[in-house]
Amino acid sequence: MIAFFELVVLRQPIPNLFQLLMGFLMVLAGLTLFIQGLELGLFPLGEGMAHAFARKGSVFWLIVFAFSLGFGTTVAEPALIAIAAEAAEIAAEAGVVKKNEEAMDSYALGLRFTVALSVGFAIVLGVIRILKGWPIHVMIACGYVLVVIMTAIAPREIIGLAYDSGGVTTSTITVPLVTALGVGLASSIKGRNPMLDGFGLIAFASLTPMIFVMAYGMVI
Amino acid sequence: MPSFAEFIDVFLATTRDVLPIVTILVFFQFAILRQPLPNPRKLIAGFGFVLLGLVLFLIGLEQALFPIGRLMASQFSDPAFVGAAPGEAVDWTSYYWVYAFAFCVGFATTVAEPSLIAVAIKATELSNGAIGSWGLRIAVALGVAIGIALGCYRIVTGIPIHYFIISGYVVVVVQTVFAPRMIVPLAYDSGGVTTSTVTVPLVAALGFGLAESVPGRSTLIDGFGLIAFASLFPIMSVMAYAQLAEWQAKRARARRAAAQKNAPGKSTPGKNTPANDGPGEDVPGEAT
Repeated sequence: MIAFFELVVLRQPIPNLFQLLMGFLMVLAGLTLFIQGLELGLFPLGEGMAHAFARKGSVFWLIVFAFSLGFGTTVAEPALIAIAAEAAEIAAEAGVVKKNEEAMDSYALGLRFTVALSVGFAIVLGVIRILKGWPIHVMIACGYVLVVIMTAIAPREIIGLAYDSGGVTTSTITVPLVTALGVGLASSIKGRNPMLDGFGLIAFASLTPMIFVMAYGMVI
Repeated sequence: MPSFAEFIDVFLATTRDVLPIVTILVFFQFAILRQPLPNPRKLIAGFGFVLLGLVLFLIGLEQALFPIGRLMASQFSDPAFVGAAPGEAVDWTSYYWVYAFAFCVGFATTVAEPSLIAVAIKATELSNGAIGSWGLRIAVALGVAIGIALGCYRIVTGIPIHYFIISGYVVVVVQTVFAPRMIVPLAYDSGGVTTSTVTVPLVAALGFGLAESVPGRSTLIDGFGLIAFASLFPIMSVMAYAQLAEWQAKRARARRAAAQKNAPGKSTPGKNTPANDGPGEDVPGEAT
């Protein structure tokens, strides 16, 4: 597909064909290994821990675990760090923070913690939902309403960024682990259907950052 | 050829990203659950595979896709290519190649997205194969493709993003009412998983390039937002996929019933929908 665009539309030769092919082979090999590893390591681990927590029966520790999983994986997420730095630039441009290194850095750091907090909160909320069996669509719809309300009152510069931050929070390692956690919990609690209740953690994790980031934009 | 040093670099960076997760897992496993790892060798091998796989994947991307993707994103959004003098307002239709390119980038990167593969594997497993891994991936990829193309249109025309997102929410809520219950949580999740390792860098490059070259757009304000589109539209396309599959299944059942009564069934016009284009022509819907 990319070859088509390069040759037909832009009428430019593809640079470095050999390198390109090597790259494609590596992508393929990498994906194959990744999937193998998921089945061997991440899925059983996530589900095993979910079962263990369910057996232990301590809701408190389960929630602490859920929170640290969400917070810990997000705060170090490279995509988030990049976006936070860009956001600091926007804020400086708009005159929200002072235009010097220090103020921008602290703004970016604050943003990262905001997003990480919101993801931790989201996973906790999702876990509580699985425990209680609340219907997901009601909660998501409420989330949407909140987002809409926040959009109306948040400063304009932060909106695009806030919407994007919902998407970047979920990294390649977090997703399989969180999915396995949800599915494992749902299958070890009586009366929960893994298909209906196991999914949905990631949906929360991409919704709450929008709300939290807009709130951050309003507070600062 | 990637050098060995490069390999080590990427490996270290990936390990650093994974480290906090491993720390948390280990801490909870030993300090709170106080249990030895079941099957530690297999788990460690699995983690090793995941790590190595990601490293190879990232280096491959860096070698092959990213340079071209970035180059093309800037070429396509170049005013000279679009055929306009710099500074002059251009009709949004002259950007048609940008939309086509955005569509293809969205589709291609999403099909290859590792986290989507992970979720698709789980979904297939849980639904006993009723939800095909390929069908789901194609549905999500189409959603992302449409989302990004629409997002580019938004950047070109400068319509405020929240109009799109809010109307998107309304569609999602309405669809939720009608979609088969089984698919709803999965559909919501697929919004979040689409955008990670592969999609974000390419899409962000496209957005910033476009915002830079379209007259009257601010990179900072208009460059963002494509990712939001890419995470909203898969929700709709996955629900649409499930609805369509259910509808087809119902139709097939009706046709079979009709055939038994010796009444000829009407021919099914192929509606233009995700499930028809995909190789994964398995029928999902409710696995009762």
